Amino acid sequence: MNTPVISPEDEYLGEHHIYEPHITGLPQMRPYFRELWARKSFAIELSHTEMHAANTDTFFGQAWLVINPLLLASVYFVLVEIIGGRSQPPTFFAHLTSGLFLFYFISGAMIQGASSVVSGGRLIMNTSFPKALLPISATYTAFRRFLPTMIVFGVLDLVARLPIGLQLLWVPVILAEAVCYGLGLALIFATAQVYFRDTKSFLPYAVRIWLYLTPILWFADKAPKRLLPFLPLNPLYGIMGAWSEVLIQGKAPAHRLILIGGAWSLVTLVLGGLFFMSREREFAVRI
Amino acid sequence: MARRVPVGKPAIRVENLDITYRVSVESRPTLKGAIIRLGRPHHSIRVVEACKDVSFEVSNGQVMGVIGANGAGKSTLMRAVAGILPPTKGRIEIHGKVSTLLALGVGFNGALTGRENVVLGSLAAGLTRAQIERKYDEIADFAELGDFMDMPMRTYSSGMYSRLAFSVAVNMDPDILLIDEAMSAGDAKFRNKASDRMTDLANNAGTMLLVSHALGTIKSMCSEAIWLHKGRLIQRGDPDEIVAAYTKFLEVGEDPLSLEDI
Repeated sequence: MNTPVISPEDEYLGEHHIYEPHITGLPQMRPYFRELWARKSFAIELSHTEMHAANTDTFFGQAWLVINPLLLASVYFVLVEIIGGRSQPPTFFAHLTSGLFLFYFISGAMIQGASSVVSGGRLIMNTSFPKALLPISATYTAFRRFLPTMIVFGVLDLVARLPIGLQLLWVPVILAEAVCYGLGLALIFATAQVYFRDTKSFLPYAVRIWLYLTPILWFADKAPKRLLPFLPLNPLYGIMGAWSEVLIQGKAPAHRLILIGGAWSLVTLVLGGLFFMSREREFAVRI
Repeated sequence: MARRVPVGKPAIRVENLDITYRVSVESRPTLKGAIIRLGRPHHSIRVVEACKDVSFEVSNGQVMGVIGANGAGKSTLMRAVAGILPPTKGRIEIHGKVSTLLALGVGFNGALTGRENVVLGSLAAGLTRAQIERKYDEIADFAELGDFMDMPMRTYSSGMYSRLAFSVAVNMDPDILLIDEAMSAGDAKFRNKASDRMTDLANNAGTMLLVSHALGTIKSMCSEAIWLHKGRLIQRGDPDEIVAAYTKFLEVGEDPLSLEDI
């Protein structure tokens, strides 16, 4: 869709649209983003309603937002500490939970983002709106599910007497990078899912393998020898490394890590956005 | 802000519109086929020409009716004018803000209450929160659901659901309104109210494009009508003439059943 063009003769009009057969190719950026910003309440409300509806009939209701991360952390604790055998340093559980929660935010944005467009069939067929709102809503949902997990982590932080100080000011920076990266992935996989409906089925396995290859279930300096040279290739190397340094080691993160994380996030977001927006017109026909 | 289209410019102009769907159909799996293709389905592509070389114009302030048999391409045409479907060939030009009433309950979630769905549905249709705040009472009163507004919509009867969905959809302030057969909802009393509201909209909205099988409505509300059949525009002109030609084509004749009053 060519979003509104305001030519001089139309300056006293509301809008002027021209629809021509360009299936791919980018829409005009400024009107697109203006429309996106104007409709942001819809993305937010959609997210709220999905979360609300998900836990409506259960006994624990919204408490699941906290129960889920706790159960998740205990599953991996059992796996690594008890079954894994080797005894871990005392900060291990905190490292595990903090990394796991952030990882689940990013992978959650990716997986929910992937199905956001194909499941919005009725909405897409009957309303004209910038469809990027759907993966944005999915990412926002993943972020809202992430926040209570940080409360759980905060409690663990105090119990384990991890260092608290100015380095925590880096947390919003790292989170911003994580949000951009998650949104970029959501946009990419939402588009991929429309063309290749098997994407959603492959993703959970890819996420699992990615989890095992990231320094979450193990410490980066104790990585298996074979893996060491490949560690920096992991897109989460920067973000997770910085996260661990700030929360567990209690120091400001190495600039290298912040920059690598920022680069990955920005590139993924821009490429994901361009990919999504260039294909957006075809969605209504393919769903 | 004045919302007048400049003299000489139509609110909607459709030029040589072609819309073709390519539908991927899974053909019946045979054992031999399944073995050869290792279990993957065989897709054959069927091409559906939903609109073929359609051209017309709607002037500012005009109510244009669109009639045709099922599968004529009316809904496809509406979605193309709304910007939802891209044209395969041709061009569409719109002057003004478009609001659509193409399906009821778009964006609604059954687990939420009527109140919450009004907010969600209105946001989906493009209203801002401030506008929803102002219009909420109007919407709720129109739907006449009383205390049910605070119950989850999965507890509603289908008539109640349609009433609320319709109520949300008609409370916009568009320049151009596209309506696709959303009118037959609720009991007779509500349908009268709905039809009055539609007439209000037709008078106030400026321009309206209305798809309906209710030929009586077409005759009473529209100043001009077009007849689509299998994607082509067959005839355009005065609603009475077009309806007469159409019903003659259907060999039904103008009787109450086909005029289907709302």
